[in-house]
Amino acid sequence: MTEMVRAENVHKSFGSLEVLKGVDLTVPQGGVSCVLGPSGSGKSTFLRCINHLEKINAGRILVDGDLVGYRERGGKLHEMSERDVARQRQSIGMVFQRFNLFPHMTVLDNVMEAPCRVKREKKAEVRDRALSLLDRVGLAAKVDNYPAQLSGGQQQRVAIARALAMRPKLMLFDEPTSALDPELVGEVLEVMKGLARDGMTMIVVTHEIGFAREVADEVVFMDGGVVVEKGSPSEVIANPQQERTKAFLSKVL
Amino acid sequence: MTQPTETGRARPEAIKAVAVRHPGRWVMIAVLAVLVAMFLHMIFTNDGFRWSFIFSSYAPGKRGVMFTEPVLEGLRGTLLLTLFSMLIGVGLGIVVAVMRLSPNRVLSSVAWVYTWFFRAVPRLVLAVIFGNLNILWSRIGFGLPFDKQIGQLFGIDNFDGQIFSIRSTDLLAGFVAGMIALGLSEAAYMAEIVRAGIQSIDTGQSEAAVALGMSRGQVLRRVVLPQAMRVIVPPTGNEVIAMVKDTSLVAYVPVTGELFFQLQQVEARTFVVLPCLVAALIWYLIICSVLMVIQFFVERHFGKGYGAAGKARQRLRDIQVEQGGRITATGEGTP
Ligand SMILES: Nc1ncnc2c1ncn2[C@@H]1O[C@H](COP(=O)(O)OP(=O)(O)OP(=O)(O)O)[C@@H](O)[C@H]1O
Ligand SMILES: [Mg+2]
Repeated sequence: MTEMVRAENVHKSFGSLEVLKGVDLTVPQGGVSCVLGPSGSGKSTFLRCINHLEKINAGRILVDGDLVGYRERGGKLHEMSERDVARQRQSIGMVFQRFNLFPHMTVLDNVMEAPCRVKREKKAEVRDRALSLLDRVGLAAKVDNYPAQLSGGQQQRVAIARALAMRPKLMLFDEPTSALDPELVGEVLEVMKGLARDGMTMIVVTHEIGFAREVADEVVFMDGGVVVEKGSPSEVIANPQQERTKAFLSKVL
Repeated sequence: MTQPTETGRARPEAIKAVAVRHPGRWVMIAVLAVLVAMFLHMIFTNDGFRWSFIFSSYAPGKRGVMFTEPVLEGLRGTLLLTLFSMLIGVGLGIVVAVMRLSPNRVLSSVAWVYTWFFRAVPRLVLAVIFGNLNILWSRIGFGLPFDKQIGQLFGIDNFDGQIFSIRSTDLLAGFVAGMIALGLSEAAYMAEIVRAGIQSIDTGQSEAAVALGMSRGQVLRRVVLPQAMRVIVPPTGNEVIAMVKDTSLVAYVPVTGELFFQLQQVEARTFVVLPCLVAALIWYLIICSVLMVIQFFVERHFGKGYGAAGKARQRLRDIQVEQGGRITATGEGTP
């Protein structure tokens, strides 16, 4: 199986604060990795490094075989131009905790914006695709609404459709259900489960242990900027070996 | 155990209570009514206004002073001056605001110095200075910078690296000088307004846009500025209205094709002072009222997706969809 994501010994500091202290992660194509860990452990930061929203200080990250943010030439790393970084990001979808839909555009325009403006695809084709994506996330009736008129769960499903419209080969989810009322969490997780079934490669930062147990191929437990433990859900969740993992799981389960 | 809620209960009688009295308000209203009546009485009966001079004819065979040729020309000049200086102000203001927010220290410092300078100098002084600026250069052109000095370096006298140039007295005088003075000054204020607007947008917005692969320019044009407009438009409306009034300052450049100057000319010829001033006042009232109406519609446009109006419109559309047919504004369904 080919590797979709490979992170090797990733370090990241904000000023003097070292947030990531050597993180390794490999996700095969079509694999689903769930990242668990207490607040402040660097989960979001790591996710943001994968699409170069944050620059890493040491180590390397490859997505689909390509270095993220850099090019290797003659044994030396060259920073990528802003345009090339943007092109790389086109194939990496990201879903945020607070949805971040564009409030001045309708649901349909939110989904169509990037394929039309960034990839310059034909409007009619994008429209068909956007409508079928919105149908898939159960929002066919809301295409002409503005985000402010939707519930949190509906907004997050639009955000997922918006990311999918770029036909990404990798999807990053940063606590996609943490800002939702409990009764709305299920509808978003359902959409994500469907994506996993269809073979999308996903890295999901989440506190939804049930989701991780059901969907993840690999569960990664992070604390203090390092990966403390990783393995299949049955290993890490059902039978953790490390004290820190046990302590965390006993709190969230 | 839960109680079943009672249904089918009779609606109680509507409350009929004696309202609280506000005697102070009534006194206030009475005083205001008298003042308004006195004001209207003065306007209609005081001959000093000479309304016919203003509206119908200011001299035998002539139109009212508001509608004479030179005054209408002046009105056109005022409107054009407002338009062009605001275009310069908004365009340059956006550039300065973006520079100010740049992570590059040099760019943000230059932007800071720009706003500092143009906010510190009074517009009137700026207008006069720009009217006299043409004594600095004989010609103004576009081409190789420092061409004379470079020419001397290679021993060529009068080396000319300009692609085109024109006499500075032709360019930097009158209308253009006034327009540039007002536009540059306005850009400093607009830069502050635009900067506040951009900063009011949640960073999650540009983050989401960047994550979709948008370039920095696209993020600004498609995501940040359209949302910032909601914050930018109301103060910009005030700026436009202020600009209409400030155009009268260019009389000192000097610019003659301007409303207030032209009315003062009539005043100097006819020795009829107050009616001319009132005519100017009426024109300014009309222009600014029209602008305020335009501002209302612009604000509503950029309020899309927010607030009560947008929600109401959407609710109406939802109802239509539910009923499976069109409905009229009064809410009655049509088959
Ligand atoms: N831009 C930044 N500048 C400075 N410090 C930052 C920045 N972003 C994150 N940090 C710090 O890095 C640490 C890790 O943050 P991160 O958001 O990655 O944690 P997390 O695991 O996602 O936590 P949570 O579960 O609360 O989202 C925190 O201590 C945070 O304060
Ligand atoms: Mg986080």
